[in-house]
Amino acid sequence: MTSLLVIIVLVLLAVALWQLTKIFDLTQVGSNSDSSEIATDNDNNVQGYLMFGFLAFIYIFSIYGLFKWGPLVLHTPASAHGGEVDNLMNITWVLIFIVQAITQVLLHYFAFKYRGKKDQKALYFADNNKLEAIWSVIPAVVLAGLILYGLFAWTNIMFVDEDEDTIVIELYAQQFNWKARYSGNDNVLGKANVRFIEGANAVGVDLADPYSQDDIVVTELHIPKGKKILFKMRSQDVLHSAYMPHFRAQMNCVPGMVTQFAFEPIYTTAEYRELPFMVEKVANINALRSKKSIELVAKGETALDPYTFDYLLLCNKICGASHYNMQMKIIVDTPEDYKAWLKDKATIVSEVKAAMAEPAAADGASGTDSTKAKDTAAVAVTAMK
Amino acid sequence: MSAEGHDHAIDHEHEHHHKDTFITKYIFSIDHKMIAKQYLITGIIMGIIGVGMSMLFRMQLAWPEESFKIFNILLGDKFAPNGVMTNDIYLALVTIHGTIMVFFVLTAALSGTFSNLLIPLQIGARDMASGFMNMISYWLFFLSSIIMVSSLFVEAGPASAGWTIYPPLSALPQAIPGSGLGMTLWLVSMAIFIASSLMGSLNYVVTVINLRTKGMTMTRLPLTIWAFFVTAIIGIVSFPVLLSAALLLIFDRSFGTSFFLSDIYIAGEVLHYQGGSPVLFEHLFWFLGHPEVYIVLLPALGITSEVIATNSRKPIFGYRAMIMSILAIAFLSTIVWGHHMFISGMNPFLGSVFTFTTLLIAIPSAVKAFNYITTLWKGNLQLNPAMLFSIGLVSTFITGGLTGIILGDSTLDINVHDTYFVVAHFHLVMGISALYGMFAGIYHWFPRMFGRMLNKNLGYVHFWVTAICAYGVFFPMHFIGLAGLPRRYYTNTNFPLFDDLQNVNVLITTFALIGGAFQLVFLYNFFSSIFYGKKAVQNPWKSNTLEWTAPVEHIHGNWPGEIPHVYRWPYDYSNPAHDVDFVPQNVPMKEGEEVLHH
Repeated sequence: MTSLLVIIVLVLLAVALWQLTKIFDLTQVGSNSDSSEIATDNDNNVQGYLMFGFLAFIYIFSIYGLFKWGPLVLHTPASAHGGEVDNLMNITWVLIFIVQAITQVLLHYFAFKYRGKKDQKALYFADNNKLEAIWSVIPAVVLAGLILYGLFAWTNIMFVDEDEDTIVIELYAQQFNWKARYSGNDNVLGKANVRFIEGANAVGVDLADPYSQDDIVVTELHIPKGKKILFKMRSQDVLHSAYMPHFRAQMNCVPGMVTQFAFEPIYTTAEYRELPFMVEKVANINALRSKKSIELVAKGETALDPYTFDYLLLCNKICGASHYNMQMKIIVDTPEDYKAWLKDKATIVSEVKAAMAEPAAADGASGTDSTKAKDTAAVAVTAMK
Repeated sequence: MSAEGHDHAIDHEHEHHHKDTFITKYIFSIDHKMIAKQYLITGIIMGIIGVGMSMLFRMQLAWPEESFKIFNILLGDKFAPNGVMTNDIYLALVTIHGTIMVFFVLTAALSGTFSNLLIPLQIGARDMASGFMNMISYWLFFLSSIIMVSSLFVEAGPASAGWTIYPPLSALPQAIPGSGLGMTLWLVSMAIFIASSLMGSLNYVVTVINLRTKGMTMTRLPLTIWAFFVTAIIGIVSFPVLLSAALLLIFDRSFGTSFFLSDIYIAGEVLHYQGGSPVLFEHLFWFLGHPEVYIVLLPALGITSEVIATNSRKPIFGYRAMIMSILAIAFLSTIVWGHHMFISGMNPFLGSVFTFTTLLIAIPSAVKAFNYITTLWKGNLQLNPAMLFSIGLVSTFITGGLTGIILGDSTLDINVHDTYFVVAHFHLVMGISALYGMFAGIYHWFPRMFGRMLNKNLGYVHFWVTAICAYGVFFPMHFIGLAGLPRRYYTNTNFPLFDDLQNVNVLITTFALIGGAFQLVFLYNFFSSIFYGKKAVQNPWKSNTLEWTAPVEHIHGNWPGEIPHVYRWPYDYSNPAHDVDFVPQNVPMKEGEEVLHH
């Protein structure tokens, strides 16, 4: 409601302004010639100074922003390749700031300095090959450097050698949640296709495939520190994107194909929580939350829980109504904790068996369903190979 | 019609014969000047809808799930029960906002208005090569606008899969309600839109090639015409690809084909689709989608070139370099589309190629920016509202363009892809810049269009508030993007991680609402000046180009009597060989006068 009031005030302000300019126009009735809507020397003067002022605005706003919002941006990368990404990012930022600082000064300062005066004549300066060569070549050289560095980093990140020692984990996306499938002791994921989806086999694993026997499906992602994880991504319905900002990792999940991204986590969740910047960030967030909680309690609602940091996997490709809440917690463990956590997880095969045993023949319809699924499964397996 | 351009006798007969009725003059007009006005006014109405939507979802983002009476009034009980915006309509609003602003305002209205108005007038032609096709082009655009707007009233809601309409989300009504009838209407509207755009573009290209007046060589064309000409070519090359993508999507949706769909399990059942690929759609979409950025931007840059040269009272610096960079941008724009898809699942090797081509495009862009700045140097700047918007364009073009170096680099794109960083980048570099170009064009050519002047003081107010708010909205947005905040989230309250970004969102929305409200100043100025503005003189800005040699009153065929001949390039401002600081293109060279530029 207050916002509506704000809008009304703004509209009224606009009305007032235009009335003011009207009055201003009326005071100039004497000079009501046809060219009165063209900038006069006085206009050029005023607008020239405003241009100079605008330059100040851009600078002050930028510097204010860097101090005020700079601390909000993603900090220390939690993956091995993240340092390289951030390094390239920082180099690029330095270049951007230099170019931005120089060009904006020139642009707005010239607009101020050369504001029109009645008897002034502009310099006829139509071209200069030397100048143009300079500002074609300099960007070309700088960009060549950036391109080379970028391509080098990109190749390192995206191409995973066949014989590299990795842990293979599948990220499985569906509206609107994530699952993870661990490849088990053989470190090979069993075949899968949406046509195998049935009951407890929610991610469509081919239970007959020998590689599937030790696969484990979970809803919370645990990964060990210091080991490269090769994520294989699938989606069962629409496009999703597995975005893990703290690891500088993202890849789309595409129905009908398997995509991949690999990285090595270098901080356990506990370690990352202890980093000074994160302690500060969490304290800041909790201060904001407790302030909001007081408001909520006053309104008779429940207070917000205090926040502790966890790595997150977010969906970052519009995927439907609840896209805004499609997330999964990622926990980076020490290798020992990771092993312990994984050890007592049931395999998907045993889970499916257990689920089948329970409601045995709860309804007859499921029987016909499964034969149908088998039919399409045969098609799917040939299609996949 | 093309022969008529140079035949005096027929022209006269033509004028006398035409007795315009209201319908042939104002509705089914084949006169390019009237069609330009039709495009402009339709575009302004679409712009009001598009910008208005952004105000609504910005309010939702700043004050998530709060109740606003205005939501209930505008969106109704279904989409805003008790004044709280639902997540379905939020996605619909961002989708339609994007579609309307990119296609209907910044493509159709920008090119449609200024290409139609200026191509014949600046090259010295009586009208477009095909006036009839021009008329059809406008009416198809009008029809597609009507369909797009009417999709807002469909029961399940309009298309809401994002303006990029990636399948399977856009193909399956089970996936999102907007992918039912709403999406069908979106596709039909866009198919008609593309037909309209192609007719317009063909007309522009043919007109520029064939109907230039005597002496108007290609290297004497104003840069506006060069920009419109090249834009039209890019449109002809790339829009048909979007049409094919839309058609294939229609097949998938309605006839059960599997071009873009495969292996889908949704709403408890496996669908029959097998073997298609959503990545294919992304390729087809962005094969238009990226050139589209330049279809939006080049006309704005062309307008800016003209306005900056005229108001600096100086030749545009590096005329040939400007043409070369327009051509280079046009060529490169068709081979960079993959930078929207670095993490789409396509082969990473392709990512390397597209990083290379994408960063190359920064070179001609840098040349343009430096040339604008040099044009200002030692000028005699007439800081009219059009000039302010042009300078503003150069500023936002640089600010927005520079962050493109980050997004075009596949390595850096991994982490900022689809975050608010992207939103900030493209709004500055193509949204705000192109809008500034459009405003510059309107302020500059309003006297040419309506024979009256816009109020300059309102123009100043409009510019300064818009300029501050544009930076106020999009500058902080970079930071929340770098904090990892994904775009197209209805609310961020499910992520305590992002709680510290909420204040920034409130600030952004405040700037957006102020900036949006002050566009009313422009609307008032525009519509009241059409009727009550001060009468314009023939050449108010003392400009060199041919459109200002035509009489203020609009007549069929543009010039009474003979079409002016052209003797010089359009940028002889402050030529030392002349006493006045401008020498129109139709002034013959003085005895012994040298050409002072390359």
